[in-house]
Amino acid sequence: MRLRDVTLGYDRHPAVHHLSGEIAPGALLAVVGPNGAGKSTLFRGIAGILKPLAGSIETGGLDIRDIAYLPQTVDIDRSFPISVYDFVGTGLWRKVGFFGGMGKGARDKIAPALAAVGLNGFENRAIGTLSGGQMQRMLFARVLLQDARLIVLDEPFNAIDAKTSADLVALVRRWHAEKRTVMAALHDMDLVRANFPETLLLARGPVAWGLTADVLNAENLAEARRMCEAFDDAAAACVVDDLPSRAA
Amino acid sequence: MPIYDALIAPFTEFEFMRRALAAVIALALGGAPIGVFLMLRRMSLVGDAMAHAILPGAAIGFMVSGLNLFAMTTGGLIAGFTVAILAGVVARSTGLKEDASLATFYLASLALGVTIVSVKGTNIDLLHVLFGNILAMDDATLLVIAANATVTLLVLAVIYRPLVIESVDPVFLRTVSRAGAPSHLAFLALVVLNLVNGFQALGTLLAVGLMVLPAGIARFWSRDITGMICIAVVSALVSGYAGLVLSYQTRVPSGPAIILVCAALYAGSVLFGSVGGLVRQMFPGRHLEA
Repeated sequence: MRLRDVTLGYDRHPAVHHLSGEIAPGALLAVVGPNGAGKSTLFRGIAGILKPLAGSIETGGLDIRDIAYLPQTVDIDRSFPISVYDFVGTGLWRKVGFFGGMGKGARDKIAPALAAVGLNGFENRAIGTLSGGQMQRMLFARVLLQDARLIVLDEPFNAIDAKTSADLVALVRRWHAEKRTVMAALHDMDLVRANFPETLLLARGPVAWGLTADVLNAENLAEARRMCEAFDDAAAACVVDDLPSRAA
Repeated sequence: MPIYDALIAPFTEFEFMRRALAAVIALALGGAPIGVFLMLRRMSLVGDAMAHAILPGAAIGFMVSGLNLFAMTTGGLIAGFTVAILAGVVARSTGLKEDASLATFYLASLALGVTIVSVKGTNIDLLHVLFGNILAMDDATLLVIAANATVTLLVLAVIYRPLVIESVDPVFLRTVSRAGAPSHLAFLALVVLNLVNGFQALGTLLAVGLMVLPAGIARFWSRDITGMICIAVVSALVSGYAGLVLSYQTRVPSGPAIILVCAALYAGSVLFGSVGGLVRQMFPGRHLEA
């Protein structure tokens, strides 16, 4: 996947400015940065929900269905009468579509996915009865079933206890071992250093992108905080787009 | 046998009662599942507003070819979509909220419909359109109602999965499929189709009743969408049948009688329902160990 001078934002105001770079197949990339740095916006762009204001995102042959995207604030109607089993089963959409059978073949996939996230025995529970951590485990089970080549996780370990996040990090490592590309927005620097070989430090624009050890130094982090300046209602139109020298 | 006389004889003796029963069965089978989705998508009142919005279309159809349900259905579909699309366009292009926008259009549409009927038709026509008359089903009308119910169930079967996924987790559906918007539109079409269906039997004002009330009943008896749809259909069938009997025995107009029975079932469910019913909440039993 290649990002070419991508600018993403809302209502002409950019949230991510002039980001270029390449994500190699099989990469395990952490995206870090202060609140408001544009991490979620970048992920929305990659998941194809938000069109870039400028530049382009080349997905390198990935269809939107090859991308599993887990947003930060999931817009799930928890009062909807659906069981954990059926909800996780929606991850098979790509395989079963409108009419495909959800019989034994599906059961053989859903049961191990629930087991992998530690939710055995929850099959018939309504999704509204789950705790926050169980909900996140369930969403990971659905990502498992999506069997996607690119997995995009937006702050997946927020408000999650240590045991749950350790279990879910183990899944991320498993995906990495299976040569899937994984991107995750994270705030826990120790977790990033321990598990993610590559890091993009974002602050409304790229601060640094490379090996985690090189990116996460005090100087870069301070720079990131400084660059996260406020949204300016009276901002002038950006002229960088017109300067050929910046395109690289 | 008094029970036979009260419950069965009206249908064996009178053809119009048999036709009415057939119509109510078709309405219940098509409308109740749609009502469940309206409720789960928090669109119950949207359904009500749409019922008013389709009046001018149905009225024009009625003026052109009399009580011909095919013409009324076509007119209703056109009017319903026009209002839905106009309301959506105004909401999206001006920042007015969609509900306010829809309210404006459906009121204007209702006023237009009543105007058309009262200028061009008689008072009896107006009463007929507003309150329906399920006891005056001819063959053609019955066929159209049955056909609409069949189409509803077939289309619902096709869009069922995307509709469920979109109701629970719309962002997920957007990231895996492009079926969301078409399914939503098809669902709106089904709403309009079933409202027009309800017109003939229950009139504009009550057409949405056999969709929304059974769904409300079902919510108190099941935690599962399949169960809800089954319970909604059964309670719509029971209300339809009991309403017709009540109307026959007491001379209450049939449309309101059906909805009143349905409302009584609803009240009973609110009180005694096994899922969140009031009595159950007051006497929940001792809490469990785990």
